[in-house]
Amino acid sequence: MTSIALTLPDLRQPSNPALVLRYFRRNKVLGVGVVVVTLLVAFTLIGFLVVDPQNAYPLSAPTKKPPSLQHLFGTDFFGRDLLTAMVVGMWQTAIIGLLAGGLGTLIGVILGFISAYFGGWIDAVIKGACQILTPIPVLLIQVVVAGSLDKRDVTILTMAYIVVMLAWMGPTLVIRSQVLTMKERQFVSVAKLSGVGDLGIIFGEILPNLLPFIAAAFVGQVFAAVFASFYLAVLGLGPLREPLLGNIIWAAQSQGAFFNGWWWWPMEPAVAMILILASLALVNMGLDELANPRVRRTE
Amino acid sequence: MSLANLLELRNISKVYTRGLINASSTTALEGFSLTLKEEEPTILTVAGESGSGKTTLAMLLLGFITPTSGQIIYRGKDITTLSGDEKMTFRREVQAVFQDPFAVFNPFYKVDHLLTVPINRFKLARSRAEARDKIEEALTAVGLRPEDIQGRFPHQLSGGQRQRINVARALLLKPRLLIADEPVSMVDASLRANILETLSKLQRDHGVSIIYITHDLTTAFHISKSIVVLYRGAVMEAGDVDTVIKSPQHPYTRLLIDSIPWPNLDQRWGERPIKARETGASSVGCRFHSRCPSAMEICEQRPPLFRLSERQAASCHLYRDNDKLDGERLTEVLPA
Amino acid sequence: MTELPLAERRPSAPSVVRTPVLRVKSLQVSYYTDAGRATALDDVSFSLNAGEKLGMVGESGSGKSTMALAMMRMIKPPGRIEGGQVFVGDVDLIGLDAEGMRNARLSRIAYIPQGAMNSLNPVMRVGAQMMDAVKAHLPNDSRSAVEERCRRSLASVDLAAGVFRMFPHELSGGMKQRVCIAIGILLNPQVIIADEPTSALDVVTQRQVMETIDNVQRQVGAAVILIGHDMGLMAQFVDKVAVMYAGRLVEVSTVREMFTDPKHPYAKALISSLPNLNNKGVFQGIPGLAPSLLRIPSGCAFHPRCASVMDICRSRRPAVVAQDSGRVVACHLFDARG
Repeated sequence: MTSIALTLPDLRQPSNPALVLRYFRRNKVLGVGVVVVTLLVAFTLIGFLVVDPQNAYPLSAPTKKPPSLQHLFGTDFFGRDLLTAMVVGMWQTAIIGLLAGGLGTLIGVILGFISAYFGGWIDAVIKGACQILTPIPVLLIQVVVAGSLDKRDVTILTMAYIVVMLAWMGPTLVIRSQVLTMKERQFVSVAKLSGVGDLGIIFGEILPNLLPFIAAAFVGQVFAAVFASFYLAVLGLGPLREPLLGNIIWAAQSQGAFFNGWWWWPMEPAVAMILILASLALVNMGLDELANPRVRRTE
Repeated sequence: MSLANLLELRNISKVYTRGLINASSTTALEGFSLTLKEEEPTILTVAGESGSGKTTLAMLLLGFITPTSGQIIYRGKDITTLSGDEKMTFRREVQAVFQDPFAVFNPFYKVDHLLTVPINRFKLARSRAEARDKIEEALTAVGLRPEDIQGRFPHQLSGGQRQRINVARALLLKPRLLIADEPVSMVDASLRANILETLSKLQRDHGVSIIYITHDLTTAFHISKSIVVLYRGAVMEAGDVDTVIKSPQHPYTRLLIDSIPWPNLDQRWGERPIKARETGASSVGCRFHSRCPSAMEICEQRPPLFRLSERQAASCHLYRDNDKLDGERLTEVLPA
Repeated sequence: MTELPLAERRPSAPSVVRTPVLRVKSLQVSYYTDAGRATALDDVSFSLNAGEKLGMVGESGSGKSTMALAMMRMIKPPGRIEGGQVFVGDVDLIGLDAEGMRNARLSRIAYIPQGAMNSLNPVMRVGAQMMDAVKAHLPNDSRSAVEERCRRSLASVDLAAGVFRMFPHELSGGMKQRVCIAIGILLNPQVIIADEPTSALDVVTQRQVMETIDNVQRQVGAAVILIGHDMGLMAQFVDKVAVMYAGRLVEVSTVREMFTDPKHPYAKALISSLPNLNNKGVFQGIPGLAPSLLRIPSGCAFHPRCASVMDICRSRRPAVVAQDSGRVVACHLFDARG
């Protein structure tokens, strides 16, 4: 069989960074989200280099001072330097988000894969558990649990666990349904014919194709965790000593900040929280498009 | 007794049931038997429309589903009772080429993945260099230039190239039994000849037995020696491919042949009118009964296979004066 | 061994009107991709009379589906129609504005896409979908008139009246495809384009569907373009065959000429690669690969694979030359002399 000397076109793909930028131009949602998240992260990281974390705790600065050159974000009733508080608070929010988000996603991936791939009674049990737990009003349970804990036991870590407790069902079901479809794809059959065993198929064939979904699920989980930590803290159920953004607002509220004219005190964390949540939501939406090629817009 | 047989299907049936209370069952394949001899590699066509059971047969042969009754014996062993090592051997020796050139590729990986995975799992090469050589040899044998293919993703190649890679994979593995499920139906006409020729060579030069599953009788005629025509899970006609296609005896086969669009202006299709398929299959009697232009009263009983000549048999009451052929001896009319 | 019986000839087609109902002139379509510009259609021209059936064949990537999309003005970015005209009757579709084109679709020119049967709305009854299509064009017609038109359309594709109230999933593949044909003829278009209408169907259903298209075309008097790569289907169905290669039209002949005496080397190779009852075991593929539309070879696009290649083929693109009897070929072997 002669093969004629016809070269395929030299598909010189533009370099990877250029491709990424071009994709952001198309998927503006993702682009904007990523940019804002990066700025927030930069704020925290650079902030840590600049400020003394101790100043985020009460009695470290003159109280009730509006924004000035010494205290860029002002101080609050208890003598926290709010700039430092924001830096530390955002960092702690990030920890909760990543921890809870990561844990929730991990549980989702493990249970989702096991459930979908092996089927049978395992699937029935896991699916049933998810379906029973999902309608439970998450906010209520979180409030009840957080409220019934001894004040000293409420730390950043416990906040993360409270959030994960009822958050893992979503990713489990989503990943399960994705694996169910993937399992039937012909390249899985071919892999079986090539001698690949169950584990090899799960990790080698199916998992790589689900990375965009898992990433999207992760961001969604982070969003939910950050949001939950925020509203629990605003209700006064958070680790009160820490400068979590929600805590600051709760404290501001309980001291009547607006009535007293200390507008900067609750406004700054509020704005910060809006930025965090909005950017996470944008990234989530953007990843959704990446994960689901049918939603992808053409140029 | 059967150590000389590559494959033995003993009265295989596959029935799907749905529902617990008002269970309805569909018979995908019924009482099918076949023997392929190890020292006589052959190309056998299993022909039929969708719903005929040909895909079910492929899945059964590859071990992806288990039969409801009957046994599949590969080289003397029932495939449901294979031990770990034996299973690997079975996997290695029984391979497939599927219809859709794109679906077999995992979109996450480059196309090389399709060829490197089996080499690794079946230990077909002792070193990276040897593996590379084997891959290049297989790619060249199907008319591809390795440097054009390696390192590319599936979406960067054309359908024809992808299907050629699939066939190259079969070449690489040199199985004993190859199930080719509509390997050329999604491929352009000009490439079909190429792929069919490669399959033919596999059988001739490398001793691979091929079960060629299709609904396209023109390609079947070209490549195979024997043919079995299925309709709704039952064998309608079987025999030497030349005989069956040039002088079909079963009314269903006649309808099929009549509907072939020959690329020849002097062979017009379709004088026979087509009776629409009803949604409920006639579960009593001959499967083709409701669409058959020659239906008679006796057709309400299931016709057995009647032997029409040394190399042709049909299950139709029109031939009830001929000798009966036991379903399990179907292979006797199939030339090697 | 008995031969296959020769079937009777088809009754001769009714005398066709001589003014072409479809005239495509110098159609030019390109796709602008990350990897460069792909010329999907390069200066393609042909014409069709009412009642004529044209088969458009070529490998995938040859431009046949793009042709259909271009005629329907359904090319989406990064593709662009860069030139040419498509006359249906007196109207140039390329020159119409968006609204004009919307009106023209289905009423002047109908398109049955590949896999159409899978694009029927699964949650609407068949009849409702058909009525939607009509109402979009004839908003002033009464409901009963619209319904009557739809029912008549279903009858002309040989579907039972009950299909009107059925959902797509209750129908078989062949029936769904016939529904799509029925939708295509609702407004008596002048041109019907069917893109691989039978590719997913069994051989018996395929015959049924093609016979339906044949009947319907005779009733409506439309010109039909059948896009596909199954030469056997072409032989059984069309009057003329157009062969596309790498976005260029290389030959247009009557179906008999194409099968008995193809001129262009690519067409010749296509015909000889076809399996038939007399060449068992002989496999004659075409060596090499079709070129990517991003890098079309210089001169004649087919020259790297051509058995009769000459020097001129590498540098100069052959012009489309009319032969006697209305055939056109684009090949230097048949360049007009003088």
